[in-house]
Amino acid sequence: MVNEYRIALAGNPNTGKSTLFNALTGLRQHTGNWAGKTVSLAQGNVEYKHKTFHLIDLPGTYSLFSNSTDEEVARNYIVFEKPDVTLVVLDATSLERNFNLALQVLEMTKNVVICINLIDVAEQQGIQINERLLTNRLGVPVIKISARNKKGFPLLLDTIDRIVTGAIECNPAPMTYPPMIEDKIKLIEPKVRELVGNEISSRWVSLRLLDGDETLLNEISKRLVPEEG
Amino acid sequence: MGKPNIIKLVQGEKGNTIKITSLNLEGVMRRRLLDLGFVVGAHVEVIRKSPLGDPIAYRVSQTTIALRKEESSRIEGELLPNGE
Ligand SMILES: Nc1nc2c(ncn2[C@@H]2O[C@H](COP(=O)(O)OP(=O)(O)OP(=O)(O)O)[C@@H](O)[C@H]2O)c(=O)[nH]1
Ligand SMILES: [Mg+2]
Repeated sequence: MVNEYRIALAGNPNTGKSTLFNALTGLRQHTGNWAGKTVSLAQGNVEYKHKTFHLIDLPGTYSLFSNSTDEEVARNYIVFEKPDVTLVVLDATSLERNFNLALQVLEMTKNVVICINLIDVAEQQGIQINERLLTNRLGVPVIKISARNKKGFPLLLDTIDRIVTGAIECNPAPMTYPPMIEDKIKLIEPKVRELVGNEISSRWVSLRLLDGDETLLNEISKRLVPEEG
Repeated sequence: MGKPNIIKLVQGEKGNTIKITSLNLEGVMRRRLLDLGFVVGAHVEVIRKSPLGDPIAYRVSQTTIALRKEESSRIEGELLPNGE
């Protein structure tokens, strides 16, 4: 599996994930089941510079925390199946809304590329986006694309390639919370780390536990805690 | 500058714009509404009411979202003068 990498596509509904997936894989998709759930995710391959990128098209959601099945599937894939890179596909005409999910993903995992899609529509509407500024602020590559017009693909593929080879290092900008919350994180994070090790971000798990996310707790017990006996 | 007119989202009339001041719900329901863009400070436009008055469609952060009464009656905001 040395030259094979898993690349997940996440994003709000209707932002062009499947269009991007189909354009990159040339529609060579098949579906598979993941982690005991009967939700099927489209998968397809892209060959690039002697590497195979396995693309996984996750369900479109506004969030990864609201406990719908789609959100659980997308969250579990990103957190527990740990793709090598996660592409977050945003709608360039609706960035404020779309960044909710993008910021959630940046708290969960490190290797993220933000794809600002529908850039053709945004340009028609006179919307200008400074992707360099966003890259600097977010600490991960931000790339403007048009999935329908196949615009921005060379840079996107090259960026994925550089991340998996280690030529680019992603450093998602840390999100800080009010002192009341940060204090509680400090209190529980060491214990959380004992449980999840370095497999999952202990800060992120701590935040989810403070938010009372029981589905995550159940998932962790199922997957990470060794069975007795 | 009069006293702000605070109403519940469910009381808004078609065409009204309401700036959210508080969400009086907890747990999953609160989380879901926050994720849909119903955050304090957001401007929400009442798009249309259905024949039975439930659900009501709102425009928030460039997307139209329908809320049930249980939800829209627990979100409060300032009714903005027309044209804002
Ligand atoms: N103009 C333009 N339209 C696009 C672009 N990318 C996607 N679309 C259109 O946007 C619509 C939604 O695209 P999909 O690929 O189905 O979106 P999705 O993210 O897979 O949607 P869900 O699976 O429902 O979450 C389709 O009509 C696409 O043709 C783009 O770059 N430019
Ligand atoms: Mg799709």
